[in-house]
Amino acid sequence: MSWIDICAVTEIAERGARIVKTEVGCIAVFRTGPEEVFAASNTCPHKGGPLSEGIVHGRKVTCPLHNWVFSLETGEAQGADEGRIATYPVRIEAGRVLLDAEAVAAARSAA
Amino acid sequence: MTEKLVVIGAGMASGRMLENLFELAPDAFDVTLFNAEPRGNYNRIMLSPVLSGEKSYEEIVTHDAAWYERHGVTCRFGERVTAIDRERKVVIAPNGEVPYDKLVLGTGSSAFIIPCPGHDLPGVVAFRDLEDTTAMLEASGAPGSKAVVIGGGLLGLEAAAALRLRGMEVTVLHLAGHLMERQLDESAGYLLQKDLEKRGITVLTRASTKAIQGEGKVEKVVLEDGTVLEADIVVMAVGIRPAVSVAADAGLEMGRAVKVDAQMRTSDPAIFAVGECVEFEGNLFGLVAPLYDQAKVLAKTLTGEADSFTPKELSTKLKVTGCDLFSAGDFAEGEGREDIVFRDPARGIYKRLVIEGDKLVGAVMYGDTADSNWFFGLIKDGTDVEEMRETLIFGPAFQGGAAVDPMAAVAALPADAEICGCNGVCKGQIVAAIEGGASSLADIKASTKASASCGTCTGLVEQVMAVTLGDGFEIPAAQNVCGCTDLSHEDVRRLIKAKELKSQPAVWQELGWTTPNGCHVCRPAINFYLLADWPLDYQDDPQSRFVNERNHANIQKDGTYSVMPRMWGGMTDANELRAIADAADKYGAAVKVTGGQRIDLLGVKKEDLPGIWYDLNEAGMVSGHAYSKGLRTVKTCVGSDWCRFGTQDSTGLGIKLEKKLWGSWTPHKVKLAVSGCPRNCAEATCKDVGIICVDSGYQVGVGGAAGMDVKETERLVDVKTEEEAIEWTTAFIQLYRENAKYLDRPYKWVAKVGLDWVKETLADPAERTALNERFEISQSVYRKDPWADHARPEKAKSFQLVADLTQEAAE
Ligand code: SRM
Ligand SMILES: Cc1cc2nc3c(=O)[nH]c(=O)nc-3n(C[C@H](O)[C@H](O)[C@H](O)COP(=O)(O)OP(=O)(O)OC[C@H]3O[C@@H](n4cnc5c(N)ncnc54)[C@H](O)[C@@H]3O)c2cc1C
Ligand code: SF4
Ligand code: FES
Repeated sequence: MSWIDICAVTEIAERGARIVKTEVGCIAVFRTGPEEVFAASNTCPHKGGPLSEGIVHGRKVTCPLHNWVFSLETGEAQGADEGRIATYPVRIEAGRVLLDAEAVAAARSAA
Repeated sequence: MTEKLVVIGAGMASGRMLENLFELAPDAFDVTLFNAEPRGNYNRIMLSPVLSGEKSYEEIVTHDAAWYERHGVTCRFGERVTAIDRERKVVIAPNGEVPYDKLVLGTGSSAFIIPCPGHDLPGVVAFRDLEDTTAMLEASGAPGSKAVVIGGGLLGLEAAAALRLRGMEVTVLHLAGHLMERQLDESAGYLLQKDLEKRGITVLTRASTKAIQGEGKVEKVVLEDGTVLEADIVVMAVGIRPAVSVAADAGLEMGRAVKVDAQMRTSDPAIFAVGECVEFEGNLFGLVAPLYDQAKVLAKTLTGEADSFTPKELSTKLKVTGCDLFSAGDFAEGEGREDIVFRDPARGIYKRLVIEGDKLVGAVMYGDTADSNWFFGLIKDGTDVEEMRETLIFGPAFQGGAAVDPMAAVAALPADAEICGCNGVCKGQIVAAIEGGASSLADIKASTKASASCGTCTGLVEQVMAVTLGDGFEIPAAQNVCGCTDLSHEDVRRLIKAKELKSQPAVWQELGWTTPNGCHVCRPAINFYLLADWPLDYQDDPQSRFVNERNHANIQKDGTYSVMPRMWGGMTDANELRAIADAADKYGAAVKVTGGQRIDLLGVKKEDLPGIWYDLNEAGMVSGHAYSKGLRTVKTCVGSDWCRFGTQDSTGLGIKLEKKLWGSWTPHKVKLAVSGCPRNCAEATCKDVGIICVDSGYQVGVGGAAGMDVKETERLVDVKTEEEAIEWTTAFIQLYRENAKYLDRPYKWVAKVGLDWVKETLADPAERTALNERFEISQSVYRKDPWADHARPEKAKSFQLVADLTQEAAE
C-alpha cells in the first residue's frame, strides 16, 4: 500500500463528498461520520451520475440523477437495482485523509 | 546488582508502572523520578471532581512522600528534563545530570491550544493539570463570572459542568454538529445537549472561534459568524498532543509519538516509553485503561519477564453527575451491520446496538447505562449473540418479549399538548371525549372540533384514539414518510411543532426514527419542516438537500449545471444582457430563453460556478432559484405602462412580489404571475398564485398548475389595492409553508385542506398579519443571495477538486 495525502478530513462536509482526479477517472471521497471516510468511483453505472453530489446516509449514497443507492463499503447497488462501483482503500490519520495510490494504480492497469 | 532507572514524567502511566515494578522486584532498581509539575503522581482524571468541588486535591494524590521514600525513589519534582544524551546515557535537567542504565519516558501529552489571535492572553487555560484547575477555580470565585469552554468533548464538558456547579455562566463552543462526536452518534449527542442545557449551560454547535480579545486579560470570545461572548475565563479543551519533544530531539524513532514495540521498547534498547507519549502499531492512547495495561507490560519487560501489550476495545463514560452516557466499540452504520435502536422519548433514553454477523460490535447508550458493562463485555469477548438477538437491547435481565410500542411518541405527549392547532384542542380533551363515549373520528370532530378544520392533525387524533382505546380502534393506514419511520408527513409536522423539535437529531430521537440518520427521502423533508417552523433556531443543512439546492444550480444529464439569474418580473436591461452575454462567452455556456421569462445559461462546469456567480453578481444579478423548492418566477405582462388594455401596473406588482418572496423555501416550488387584464397574457390562471388586474383592483387566484396536472386557479379574494394583494399572497404562501406536506404543490395541498378552510383562515385580518410577520421573520434569514455567499473564496474552494493525482503521477 502506498498512502497519498488527499486533504484534511474537515475539508469534506460531514455526510458530503469531495472529488479526487486520478488516472482511473474521478474518485469521490465520502465522509460518512466525523471520523469515517470511504472512497469510490464518482460515476454511477446507470447513466453516469456524479455520486459525490448524492445524499449520503448511513454508509450509503443515493445517486442524484435517478436515485440508485450504493453501499460505500462494498460498492454494490442496493435494492432492486443491479450494478457496482469500484471502491478504494482510504483512511484517516492525524486528521488527514489518505488514499491508497497503489490500489488506484492497480485499477488502472486492470482497466 | 541494582541498576539505575530514570523515569521522566510522574504521570498516571509511570506511577502505575512503578507500583507494578516494585511488586515484581522491590530492590532491582535505583529509581530517579522527574516531573515537570512541582508535585508527584496524582489521579489526573479526578481533576474534574476537584474542579466541581466534589473532591479535594489531597484526596486524589496516588503516591505520597512516604511511598517514594519507602521505595527509595529519588524525586526531582518541578524539574523538566531538557535533553537525553544517549551516547553517555545521561538525562539532562536544570539541577544537574543523572546517569541511567535504563530510561522510561512517561511524559504524557500537553493540551492543544488553538493558535487564534489572543490565545496567549492571561485567562486562557487548558484543562490538564492542577495549575489549570486552580486558575479556573480562581476565576469562578467572582459572582456573575462567565466561562467559555472551547471544545465539547469529554474534557470540555466535564469542565463546563464543574464550572456551572461553581455558579459560573458557562457557554460551550463546539465545532462539530453535535457534542462528543467521536464517541456519540447524533441522537445521543442531542440528549446530552438537552441535559446540559437543563443545567443552564449554553451549548453552541458548529461554532468556530475566530479570536479571543481583551485588555491585558481575556474579556471576550469572537466567533467566525460574528457572535461575541463575554468571558472571564476561556478553557481550551480541543485536544491533546503527545509531549515528545525530548524524545524526538534524542533521535528516537518517532511517528506521531514515540514508537514502541509490544514490550514498550523504543528504537533504543535502553529506553522505554509508556502512556500517552507512545505510539503502538499506529495507535495513540488517551484513556487510562490501555495505559495501565502498558504499565504492567513495561514492569515485566524491565524485570526480564515476557509479556506483550495488545490494545483492547475501549469504552467511554462522562464524569458528569446526571448525564449517563456510555459508548464503546464501533457504532457506525454499515453494510452487513444491523442496528437495533431503542428510544424512550418520555424518559430521554436512547440505546443503540450495532451487530455484525452474530457479534455485537458497538453500543451507544444515553439516559440508562445500567447494562453498559454487560454490553461492553459482549463486545470485548466477541460473544455470539445470535440466540438473544431479539431481546438483546433490553439487557441481561430481560425475560420474554414485550415489543416496543410504536405509538410511544404519541402516548408520551402530556395531556396539555396541543393536537389540533386550528381549534386549539389538547390531547387531554380528546382523551376526555373518548372516555365520554366518542369512538370514531367523526365523534371526535363533533364533540371537540379536533381535525374538523384543516385536517392535518387527523393522523395524530387517530393515534390518540388508538393509544386510548387500545385494540378497539384501528387506524386507517396513512402513508409513512419513508422506511425510517411509521409516521406520516402530517404527523411529523404536527409533532415538530407540538414538541418543539428544533434539530434533525431531535426529530429522530423524539419521534423514534429506526435509522441512525435518515435517508434521501426523509432528510430533505425534515430539513424543510425544521427551517420553516423554526427559522431562527434551526440551521439549514446542505447535506440534507438534493444536489440542485446544495449547489444552487440545476444539474444536467452530463453533470454540468445550468445557471439562471433572476430577472425581476421578467424585466431586464442592456447591462444585464451584456453581462449574460459575457458570461456565456467566458464559461462556454449555451443560452436559452426559458418558459419563465428569463435567460438560462446551460452547460457550466461545477468548478466554474463560483466564477460565473461572481461575474453575474458584479452586474447586480442574483440567483433565480430555478433549482429550488422555493419561489421561482413571477411572470408579468407589460400592463398599464405600455398596453392599451392594461388596467394596473402588473409589471410593477410582479416585481414587488418577487422582491418580497425571493429566497423563501417552500414545500414544493412556487410560481406566480400577474396579468394586467383578463386577457391574461402572463398565464396567471395556471400558477400557484395568479393575480389578474381589473379596473376595480386585483383578483387573487390560487392553486393553479400547468405541469403534470393542468389546473385552473380558484379565486381566493378580490382586493382593491396592491398592498392588500401582496398581503394576501404572502399570507397564503406562509400558510402553505407552515402546513403542507413536503413535495405537495399548493394545488394538491389546497385540495386536501379545502379552499374554504384557507379562505376562512385568511379572512381574519389578525391571522393574515401574524402570517405575514412569521414570513418576514423567516425572510430575515433566507432573503439573501446564495450565489454571493458561495462565491466567497472560502466557500468557492469546496466547488473544486480536493486533489489531482494525475498531476502528481506526472511529476
Ligand atoms: C428551464 C425550463 C424549461 C425552459 O427551457 O423553458 C424548465 C426546466 C426544468 N423543469 Fe420545468 N422548466 C421551466 C418552466 C416550467 C413551466 C412553465 C412556467 O413556469 O411557466 C412548467 C409548468 C408550470 C408549472 O410548474 O405548473 C414546468 C413544469 C415542470 C414540472 C412539473 C411540475 C408539476 O408540479 O407538475 C417539473 C417536475 C418537478 O418540478 O417535479 C419541472 C422540472 C424541470 C426541471 C428542473 C427538471 C429537473 O429536475 O432537472 C428542468 C431543469 C432543466 C435544466 O436542467 O435546467 N418543470 N416547468 C423552464 C424554467 C423556467 C424558469 O425561468 O425558471
Ligand atoms: C481532567 C481530565 C479528566 C480525565 N478523565 C479521564 C477519564 O475519565 N478516563 C480516562 O480513562 N482518562 C481520563 N483522562 C485522561 C488521562 O488522565 C490520561 O490519559 C493520563 O493521565 C495519561 O497518563 P500519562 O502517564 O501518559 O501522562 P500524564 O498523566 O499526563 O503524566 C505525564 C507527566 O509527565 C510530565 N512531563 C512531561 N514532560 C516532561 C519532561 N520533559 N520532564 C519532566 N516531566 C515531564 C508532565 O508534567 C506530567 O506530569 C482525563 C484527563 C484529564 C486532564
Ligand atoms: S419538459 Fe422540462 S423536465 Fe421535461 S425535458 Fe423539457 S425541460 Fe426537462
Ligand atoms: S445515473 Fe445514477 S441513478 Fe441514473
